[in-house]
Amino acid sequence: MPKNQIVVALAGNPNSGKTTVFNNLTGARQHVGNWPGVTVEKKEGSCSYDGHEITVVDLPGVYSLTAYSPDEVVARNFIVDEKPDVVVDIVDATNLERNLYLAVQLMEMEVPFILALNMMDEVESRQYKIDTEAVSREMGVPVVQMTANRNKGTAELLSEVVRSAEQKPGAGNIRLEYGREVDREISRLMEALSGNDLARKYSPRWLAIKLIEGDSEIINKFELSSNNQSILKTREESLSYLKTIYGDDAETIIADARYGFISGLLKDALKKPALERVNISDKIDKFVINRWLGIPIFLLLMYGVFQFVFSVGTPFMDWIDGFFGWLGGYTSGISPDWLGSLVTDGILGGLGSVLIFIPNIFLLFIAISILEDSGYMARAAFVMDRLMHKIGLHGRSFIPMILGFGCNIPGIMACRTIENPKDRLTTILVNPFMLCGARLPIFVLLVGTFFPENQGLVLFSMYLLGIIVAILAALVFRKTILKGESSHFVMELPPYRLPTLFGIVIHMWERGRMFLVKAGTIIFGVVLAVWFLSSMPWGVEYASVDSWIGQIGSFIAPVFAPAGFGQWQASVSVLFGFLAKEVVVGTMGAIFGVEEGILGGAIAEQLGWTPLIALSFMVFCLLYVPCVAALGAIRGETKSWKWTGFAALYTTVVAWVLSVLVYQIGRLFVQ
Amino acid sequence: MIEYSIPLSMAGAGKILLVTGVKGGFGLQRRLADMGLTPGAKVMVLSGCHPGPLLIDIRGSRLGLGFGVAQKIMVKEATNA
Repeated sequence: MPKNQIVVALAGNPNSGKTTVFNNLTGARQHVGNWPGVTVEKKEGSCSYDGHEITVVDLPGVYSLTAYSPDEVVARNFIVDEKPDVVVDIVDATNLERNLYLAVQLMEMEVPFILALNMMDEVESRQYKIDTEAVSREMGVPVVQMTANRNKGTAELLSEVVRSAEQKPGAGNIRLEYGREVDREISRLMEALSGNDLARKYSPRWLAIKLIEGDSEIINKFELSSNNQSILKTREESLSYLKTIYGDDAETIIADARYGFISGLLKDALKKPALERVNISDKIDKFVINRWLGIPIFLLLMYGVFQFVFSVGTPFMDWIDGFFGWLGGYTSGISPDWLGSLVTDGILGGLGSVLIFIPNIFLLFIAISILEDSGYMARAAFVMDRLMHKIGLHGRSFIPMILGFGCNIPGIMACRTIENPKDRLTTILVNPFMLCGARLPIFVLLVGTFFPENQGLVLFSMYLLGIIVAILAALVFRKTILKGESSHFVMELPPYRLPTLFGIVIHMWERGRMFLVKAGTIIFGVVLAVWFLSSMPWGVEYASVDSWIGQIGSFIAPVFAPAGFGQWQASVSVLFGFLAKEVVVGTMGAIFGVEEGILGGAIAEQLGWTPLIALSFMVFCLLYVPCVAALGAIRGETKSWKWTGFAALYTTVVAWVLSVLVYQIGRLFVQ
Repeated sequence: MIEYSIPLSMAGAGKILLVTGVKGGFGLQRRLADMGLTPGAKVMVLSGCHPGPLLIDIRGSRLGLGFGVAQKIMVKEATNA
């Protein structure tokens, strides 16, 4: 009977091209959510093929399914608990030996799967010969060849998916041998498992292997019930017996057996040319990760990103600015007066000040996607490892910081690849200091008005200040509340690859979309609220000190007086900025009733700001409390309100102290 | 010719080496095994300098290892490369 609903899970190593395959399969029909209970991204999409409705679930990219990191747990639980009709293991065919390790674990799980050999074009250009028949025969699963970044092999994969969803290939028909003693202990455990509840749900053989491997997730499952004491006891016996025979941990023996199986398989199935060309990645790496050149190259690239975002962005900004100016010319004439004010001052002034920066934010995400997809990000981590080590972290912590330049939320979420809990927490806590896209409007506006001569320099130094404060804060945390040895830096440096346009666009859209949604929801809402508070009580002069917003602002303003921006307008913007950082500019725009083009001038004139005050204000806005959404991400990742509260509090204290210092010390030099 | 095991961090670039063991906790051993670095595997240091991270070739992939990790991986020179 034909099955019309098929669920496919995509598994694979990071950098195997899994995301590209996912995009090819589902096109625009995808959505991103979170897995229930964890904040690991859940990507789902759908497509139809030959009358079948296929749901595609993109599992997190993992090297293994041993379930030690949250990503691995999610990937594995989906496979064993949700039981997709078929799993597609996407494999970088230029690196079969390491990539098949995951495939072998799928064999152990006895789930139906298809092996998709990706990057076949590279295999050909390297003159490797892969006998796919042999791979298929020895692993007992269908094999499909593809070149996902040229969208080749997608149809073949789909037709295999449809066929396999019915036939369930690879479900336990080929079994690995781990050596006589281990095999015997596996059988012994399987006997002990017979009739057990868990063994009805999962493959008993897989459970036995996991017990011997010492898989904490599985062992926890057994420990939950007291009926399982005998099984756990058998396990102890098996382990100590194996230890006396091999001297090694059982885990190592099993890993060894898996690689042994792969080596045997590849002996038959893979032929490499006798003399392999030095690959291009290694040549590039001679420079990029060079001891002396690495950091200068990194800084140069960052400067390139910066230039790209602003020089390409400026024409777009001018265009949007012109558009809002033109629109405002019409709307100010709307009657009644209050409605004209709402549309012109409130919506166009407030929202326009924010929307104008959308091109910059999207360009920033394009740049970050290119850095990620090309493989450079891992190099940046490598190059920075030595420096990061000095502050008690390691290279991996550097990637979330770069991602934080786009938006702190993906930055904070990326911290989950850091295994050591203290390293992870430190990296999460300092991430909000990275100057994210949402804060960009504040800086561009003020830099343009108050530092017209040195715009680039001042803006770049703000980025730098964020990094420096983050590094110092990390150093302090590692020496005080988060003391401990820094964990190990182990990271794959994937081959450099030319990013595909499609991939970049999808990446950019996934992340940048949020800013558009924010503009349409939170920011729009706040802007309306600001307009309302500025117009109340009835009959008050719009946005005067007697309006409600003026009263709120005047109440908190004294706090900021030592930092120089103790005007109610600035104070209230900072207050609302907690909801989303773009709102700082949006609020000012709505209060002054002008859009971005002339907002800076209005601030200088009506608030009497000097460049020094603007600088102090920028320092504060750079560092103070993470926005609500970022705090939500911190809560999600740390699972702790205490640390979330701490993050909100300490960043604000740091921001206040530094901006006061800037203003007070600055005052000694300039009047 | 090195007959006894030395830490990978001291092995120097360009030689084919045999992993003899990992002197690390459970977590590190597992993590390295996932990336292909198990006892008996062949590795080669491609670049790296004291005391920075090392770039190695392991089972055809490129792995960056912090200096601390490299100190815990014991290797010896492969006899028949």
